Amino acid sequence: MNYNWNWGILFRDPYLGWLVDGLFWTISLSLCAWVIAFSLGSLLGIMRTSSSRVLRLLGTVYVELFRNVPLLVQLFLWYFVFPELLPDDAGRWVKREMPMPALSTAILAIGLYTASRVCEQVRSGIEAVGVGQQNAGKAIGMTEPQVYKHVLLPNAFRIIIPPLTSEFLTIFKNSSLALTIGVVELTAMTRQIEEYTFQGFEAFTAATVIYSVVTFTVMFLMRIVERRVRVPGMIPVS
Amino acid sequence: MISIQKASKWYGDFQVLNECSTSVSTGEVVVVCGPSGSGKSTLIKCVNGLESIDQGEIIVDGDIVDAKKTNLNTLRSKIGMVFQSFELFPHMSAIDNVILGQVKVLKRTEEEAQIRAIELMNQVGLFEHSSKFPAQLSGGQQQRVAIARALAMDPIALLFDEPTSALDPEMINDVLDVMVDLAQEGMTMMVVTHEMGFAQKVAHRVVFMDEGRIVEDAPTDQFFNAPGSDRARLFLSKILTH
Ligand SMILES: Nc1ncnc2c1ncn2[C@@H]1O[C@H](COP(=O)(O)OP(=O)(O)OP(=O)(O)O)[C@@H](O)[C@H]1O
Ligand SMILES: [Mg+2]
Repeated sequence: MNYNWNWGILFRDPYLGWLVDGLFWTISLSLCAWVIAFSLGSLLGIMRTSSSRVLRLLGTVYVELFRNVPLLVQLFLWYFVFPELLPDDAGRWVKREMPMPALSTAILAIGLYTASRVCEQVRSGIEAVGVGQQNAGKAIGMTEPQVYKHVLLPNAFRIIIPPLTSEFLTIFKNSSLALTIGVVELTAMTRQIEEYTFQGFEAFTAATVIYSVVTFTVMFLMRIVERRVRVPGMIPVS
Repeated sequence: MISIQKASKWYGDFQVLNECSTSVSTGEVVVVCGPSGSGKSTLIKCVNGLESIDQGEIIVDGDIVDAKKTNLNTLRSKIGMVFQSFELFPHMSAIDNVILGQVKVLKRTEEEAQIRAIELMNQVGLFEHSSKFPAQLSGGQQQRVAIARALAMDPIALLFDEPTSALDPEMINDVLDVMVDLAQEGMTMMVVTHEMGFAQKVAHRVVFMDEGRIVEDAPTDQFFNAPGSDRARLFLSKILTH
């Protein structure tokens, strides 16, 4: 193989800047999508375990809809199809006038999709806390929202820190799909460097290293969080 | 205080409760016993609406438990419940378990709740363990904290569902002692238990259940000395011989 290795290229102007920019957008996209996924997913998880049949049904329908359609398809639906279904003005706004249409759409699509997965984690966490705890909360006269707030959720979230961490990391990896609608995040930038310099190996190696470093950092931080919130006397499950 | 009238309940085709009628008046201690699966837990959970009944009526402190207009949360705050598996809130210290309901349900201030909680932790003999978490306490200690948590709501009656059957033998008496004290102070209690010593000591009446029915409902002496049914006699002979 006749390949001219040139690692120095990665640190040269403007390519280093591109990588930094790409990482910035990847992280911004992931964090914003996570805010949606986590809050909506938690709400849905509560709905799916609540005593109200209507709320349970709504939660189930959401999860089935969003979890079973591939994320890439959802991304295209939101970006290409959804604006066409809106009235003209609104459609134009979504497509062009709204700030950063591709990025916003990607955040929304990835956030809504991951919410369905977070929902299932939250639901299983709440179920793991158990009917006994729920009854104990009700038995002292707490309302259902109070039981969730003071008993079920604090314990459920402690249980599901590891799976939630991996859901976040899935968002982080899925964020690269956003390049298909034109968001110049890390993977897109990497491809751009390859196209400009023909140093694809270096560029993709750099991307791999960056993705891994962020992943390990997140895992490390979440370990600390897990240890911080651990209840005294409880033996960690894993 | 508690009046159960022809309460029936089904799980699908399976009838768990079959026209159960009994009552607990103020200051009375009623022990409920019977073989496993006879519906004791279900019956006691129906009293504070943790389970609902399909037919009949349960009246607690003048309110019909399953009536739409009854505020179940208010009703439950007046009736304490102690579970077989303790069910302390694991992420809170023992004393915070005793404080939570006072602050969130009874709207007491933190200070008032704290004072009452300290009193109760003393009463159940666990003041030194106040800041420990449930996982750091023995089963018997956890169950006594659970009793304190129920008492913190100043309940008009207490329900117990096999409070000692998950405990090691040497801890059972610590819990029973607390319960005997409560009974002797005149607390209204409905207690599912197989501790016949406890029943003989403090119960006014014993209710014996089998296959979802209340087979026998008699004053304690009569229940032990001259049980009216073969079922109860058989049950007693089994339970008293070991
Ligand atoms: N949620 C449920 N769904 C279906 N069947 C149930 C449910 N809960 C209880 N049962 C059944 O109802 C019957 C009575 O249960 P219950 O827990 O009231 O019995 P118990 O007298 O308390 O028994 P134990 O002494 O074992 O605690 C049992 O046969 C049980 O299998
Ligand atoms: Mg039972």
